[in-house]
Amino acid sequence: MTHETLATYANLSLYSAMAVLTLSMLGYAGYLAGWLPARDDVAESADVADRALVAAGGGSSLGEAASSLSAEVPGTVEPEVPLRARKAGGVAQTFAILGTVLLAVSAALRGLSVERWPLGNMFEFGVASALFTMLVFVLWGLRRDLRWLGVFVVAPVLILLGLANTVWYTEAAELMPSLKSIWLVIHVTVATISVGLFAVGFVVALLYLAQDRFGSERGVWRVLRALPEGRVLERLTYGLHIISFPLWTFTLIAGAIWARQAWGSYWNWDPKEVWTFIIWVVYAAYLHARVTRGWRRQSATWIAVAGFACIIINYAVVNVYFVGQHSYSGL
Amino acid sequence: MSLSTQPKDPRNERDDVTQPTLGPLGLLRFAWRQLTSMRTALFLLLLLAIAALPGSIFPQRSIDAVRTTDWIARHETAGPILDRLGFFEVYASPWFAAIYILLFVSLVGCVLPRSKVHWRAMRAQPPRAPKRLERLAAHDSVEVDGTPDEVLERVRGALKSGRFRTHSHDATTVSAEKGYLKETGNLAFHLALIGVIVGMAWGHLLGWKGDVIIPVGQTFANTVARYDTISPGPLVDVSEFEPFSMTLTDFDAQFETDVKGKGQFGSPRDFTAYVDFTKEPGAEPEKKVIRVNGPLETGGGTAFLLGNGYAPHITVKDANGKVTYSESTPFLAQDNFYTSVGAIKVAGAGPVGKQLGFAGLFLPTAVLDDQGPRSVFPDMLEPALALSAFEGDLFPGGRPQSVYSLNTSEMTQLKNKEGSDLLRIWLTPGQTYTLPGGQGSITFDGVDRFAGISIRSDPGKELTLVSSLVALLGLILSLTIRRRRVFVRVAPAAEEGRTVVSIGGLAKDDDEGMGDELDDVLTRLKERRT
Ligand code: HEM
Repeated sequence: MTHETLATYANLSLYSAMAVLTLSMLGYAGYLAGWLPARDDVAESADVADRALVAAGGGSSLGEAASSLSAEVPGTVEPEVPLRARKAGGVAQTFAILGTVLLAVSAALRGLSVERWPLGNMFEFGVASALFTMLVFVLWGLRRDLRWLGVFVVAPVLILLGLANTVWYTEAAELMPSLKSIWLVIHVTVATISVGLFAVGFVVALLYLAQDRFGSERGVWRVLRALPEGRVLERLTYGLHIISFPLWTFTLIAGAIWARQAWGSYWNWDPKEVWTFIIWVVYAAYLHARVTRGWRRQSATWIAVAGFACIIINYAVVNVYFVGQHSYSGL
Repeated sequence: MSLSTQPKDPRNERDDVTQPTLGPLGLLRFAWRQLTSMRTALFLLLLLAIAALPGSIFPQRSIDAVRTTDWIARHETAGPILDRLGFFEVYASPWFAAIYILLFVSLVGCVLPRSKVHWRAMRAQPPRAPKRLERLAAHDSVEVDGTPDEVLERVRGALKSGRFRTHSHDATTVSAEKGYLKETGNLAFHLALIGVIVGMAWGHLLGWKGDVIIPVGQTFANTVARYDTISPGPLVDVSEFEPFSMTLTDFDAQFETDVKGKGQFGSPRDFTAYVDFTKEPGAEPEKKVIRVNGPLETGGGTAFLLGNGYAPHITVKDANGKVTYSESTPFLAQDNFYTSVGAIKVAGAGPVGKQLGFAGLFLPTAVLDDQGPRSVFPDMLEPALALSAFEGDLFPGGRPQSVYSLNTSEMTQLKNKEGSDLLRIWLTPGQTYTLPGGQGSITFDGVDRFAGISIRSDPGKELTLVSSLVALLGLILSLTIRRRRVFVRVAPAAEEGRTVVSIGGLAKDDDEGMGDELDDVLTRLKERRT
């Protein structure tokens, strides 16, 4: 196959992925909507479960969190899930997996068409970030019930893919000499994986903050009853971040090694380096805040949210508008 | 009995209350305690993130001096104010330094006492079991065969095989603890951060970097005088550079010729510099290549290929035909198509006041239209020189000046033959232009490529690298390992020869795996038959 045909198939695969993910998103939205009518029973049984747990836990907050996690979380107990919701959720799950596979195929075809690792410009970063975010979600979803999370992950992924396909689209092409390095593969791939994890962590963090703030409200907020309770969401947020933070640390180190290879100095205070550093420091602050006495979990979580805001700025603003040695967005 | 690995600052808890008036010493101690508190560390971390920001928004002098000067000139009011506040040298500014120095003082002040505490904890025995294990968050109780003493022995075995450290404070209990590596990793992480900073500082003090432009065919000998620019660290002895030399034998440049991809036409694709490297005078030259991403180790430093361009070979003769200038003269690329600027300073052409100078453009693929002379492709398809000529004093006041531009403050620009207009010289390779007024001639002999080589030495980089890898490892240990305490108490059961085993677990903060941990211990216990 010629390079052009491969590139065409890569794009076709991408469009199919977007179509399938759209269906998945609708399915997940249907799953949440399925919860709305059944609210009163569910709310009640969740309350009961809560009280039972507090009684069993016997005092220490550690006990509560521990037992609430090992016990099934209220809201995800299978029999309580409305039938309609269950159906929609199952379909959505299948489509999410299919969409992820199609994204992976698209990235692989793109790589073959240019005969290099497909992480060389903004468009390719966008697709790869979407892929890894979906991969994190799907793989994690094999281990625990994440239907409540689906729509909040798939919808932003679709927006990202839309942007990549329109504003950031770049023809398949070779790389500049300074980008031809094994460190491109290592550094950028790990960076993108950790962005995928941070992205899911960010979504869960926002859901935690929403649950915390609006969990007891009526109206559309009743949707939050489909989600695990606040404490659980907070722990999941932390759990995701302690995987992605070391990966980001590695990204920083690998980037420095590569910078020395390519530019002669491992640290140049290039805008892109500065932002990688800022993101690292902000997430370090999140991990600190979480164990600092006098800091509430909610406030700490806001720092994690700020961390992801920095990732978005780094990606969408710094890549495009800031002048530096990293100006390879291909735009 | 808290199990936090947090710095339960012994200092913090000691005399908080018993200090009614603060003397100068007390005040100092108070300040120190504040500085080394977790809350301050958090605040400083956030501050550091914010302080690093402006350096990515405003141009930085150390990275791009021209763009910086330009920015200041374009912002008449804000420019000078921001300049005074250090916004164009953020990472060398006093306020940035203040933040990271405070952060690292805080780090040392926090980590050293913690290391001491941890050192003691690692050698201490797990504490006495609490009276009522069922009060602990995670707890369980089972009945097994055997006398209490036998069972206790089995419990110890079970705990040890679960990698717990055990100790019995009395005859009916076992206390066990594991996960010391968590705090070890955490301390290693923080200590290694100090290593990173020390490595960076060391590299700054003892490192140096120099840039030099070498046209094909020319030789560079590693002495300070030979560098175009050099910035040695404060403690570097520049007279002791290693005496290597290298000759650029060839330079290969490849550019994208496919016109389809948007913004790709003319993009650089590959650069390779071929050199003959001589380790020291008299040594056998070795053939080496320097590429982008493929530097050359010179022994005391590393040579990187950071730039390239064209050095037209130009010959100037005086009226009598005597050669006054004949050199490959590097012109610096200004855009992606290598429209390059440069200057020819014919210092020997005549008495001061009558010296000749040329300034202008070299164009690898020249176009001359109403937009003026420029290059439209980076490779050499249709090279041309576009020059103006000047006469006068080349080096007014003997001040140092850039090689790539003329200081024309004491020079007058030559006119054309008719004297009607300023003289513009357009030369293609092989052409000679005879200057008006018996000033001699200028010949464009041909073009060499040049390589922009940057030679750098950073003796701190190994320490920084090793420290950052240690930090990463420590971080992973610190984030994945759990510190757990387990207590077991045995009591005779109602039935003869049976024993009731109560088990309770205590973990740091919220630890969802504690229940499983206890189950694991009990399973191991049941598997031990004797
Ligand atoms: C350069 C500045 C610093 C950075 C980048 C940094 C980074 C980190 C990171 C990423 C963690 C997470 C690891 C974990 O949770 O186990 C951590 C934990 C911790 N840091 Fe720092 N830190 C810094 C300075 C400090 C200072 C000055 C203190 C003392 C006041 C401190 C005390 C701690 C403590 C006690 C933990 C353990 C938290 C826990 O219990 O899990 N750090 N730090």
